Amino acid sequence: MIKYPNKEEFNEIIKNNSLVLVDFYASWCMPCKMLAPVIEEIAEEYDGKVVVCKVDIDENEELANEYNIMSVPTVVIFKKSENIEEIIGLNDKSKYTRSLE
Amino acid sequence: MENILDVAIIGGGPAGLSAAINAVARNKSVKILTNKSNYLQKAEMVDNYLGFHNISGKKLMQNFLEHVQSLNIAFEYGKVINIMKYNDIFMINCNGEIIHAKTVILALGVVKNNLLKNEENLIGRGVSYCATCDGSLYKGKNVLVYGNADDIIEEANFLQKLGVNVTLITAKKELHDIHKDINILDGVVTEIVGNHKFEAVVINHEEVKADGLFLLRNSIAFNTIINDLDTYNGYIQVNRNMETNISGLYACGDCTGEPLQISKATGEGLVAAQNAAKYIDSLKEMK
Ligand SMILES: Cc1cc2nc3c(=O)[nH]c(=O)nc-3n(C[C@H](O)[C@H](O)[C@H](O)COP(=O)(O)OP(=O)(O)OC[C@H]3O[C@@H](n4cnc5c(N)ncnc54)[C@H](O)[C@@H]3O)c2cc1C
Repeated sequence: MIKYPNKEEFNEIIKNNSLVLVDFYASWCMPCKMLAPVIEEIAEEYDGKVVVCKVDIDENEELANEYNIMSVPTVVIFKKSENIEEIIGLNDKSKYTRSLE
Repeated sequence: MENILDVAIIGGGPAGLSAAINAVARNKSVKILTNKSNYLQKAEMVDNYLGFHNISGKKLMQNFLEHVQSLNIAFEYGKVINIMKYNDIFMINCNGEIIHAKTVILALGVVKNNLLKNEENLIGRGVSYCATCDGSLYKGKNVLVYGNADDIIEEANFLQKLGVNVTLITAKKELHDIHKDINILDGVVTEIVGNHKFEAVVINHEEVKADGLFLLRNSIAFNTIINDLDTYNGYIQVNRNMETNISGLYACGDCTGEPLQISKATGEGLVAAQNAAKYIDSLKEMK
């Protein structure tokens, strides 16, 4: 299940889960729409292992600024609250899953 | 899902146009996605293309285009930023619009982007290749626009109208139709400065700071367009069927290597189109 957290919920999620994947997107961004089904599939496959979140950067400007999002989509992977990888742009599913393994 | 093309051809030079007419001859739906300018138009005189001796590149290109237009093949003018394959369908980002296709033929010509220092590290971190894709992120901020793209002035105007403060860096003397609020800076960028985040460019040994840099060129490095594509010496690796290492993805013309010549480009375009058509038919049989 994909979560759509606000700032407070977001901070709780990365604090309390060992592996979190966050898709920073925007409603006007076409490549983000291309990526959406890939993220959904990852959320299903890694259900119970990885918490998958989506953050709309226009609605959550503070979070976008905090993580320096300057291009969408940007996927950030957190391991034990630590930002371990940033994957910018549109990529094959394997690029995301490789980082989760 | 909306319309899925049989064949999307990226690049409208001799290779792409030859691929187009040959894919249509096999009853496939085709669209050509391309920049307006191309290489052949620059050839003053072509004397080694069979049947057309002593013809200018411009005239030969015009003949090619007339042939394609007589078949009502669709064109979309724009730059392809990237392509992703997902569940056997290619999704193509052409200036922020998404086009779906069963097969893709790359006919990109030679891509000689001399990457600027630090460019690769800072792409997506303040450096962008696409104004329509990332422009909204820079509303109210200061950006630099630089490159050789045909449509660079339109793109700079687009950003300015979006509410971005634009400075266009260019060595061009004549600038038509440019938005009156855009600043112009004369020069050549030699380096990008920034550590994990874009900070400035170096022009004439001086740093010019900004919040972002739009690098708008006519072409984009192969590996930026599509992940995991095999290349060699700066060209796309193909076999005799013009297949790349990604199934359903073909390449032809100058982008596959030497000799960089028209008859090789048109010949490879035909081979790529016929094999793409076969591949599409085999997909049908599987279903
Ligand atoms: C001055 C000069 C003289 C020449 N003389 C001869 C000659 O006498 N005989 C001969 O056989 N050959 C000659 N050539 C070479 C010939 O022009 C090329 O071999 C031929 O044009 C290759 O065709 P192509 O379709 O592979 O690539 P190109 O003609 O380069 O076409 C590629 C197209 O793809 C577009 N494109 C690239 N990237 C993208 C993208 N990301 N999105 C959208 N569009 C994109 C380009 O803008 C271009 O329109 C000459 C070339 C030059 C420059």
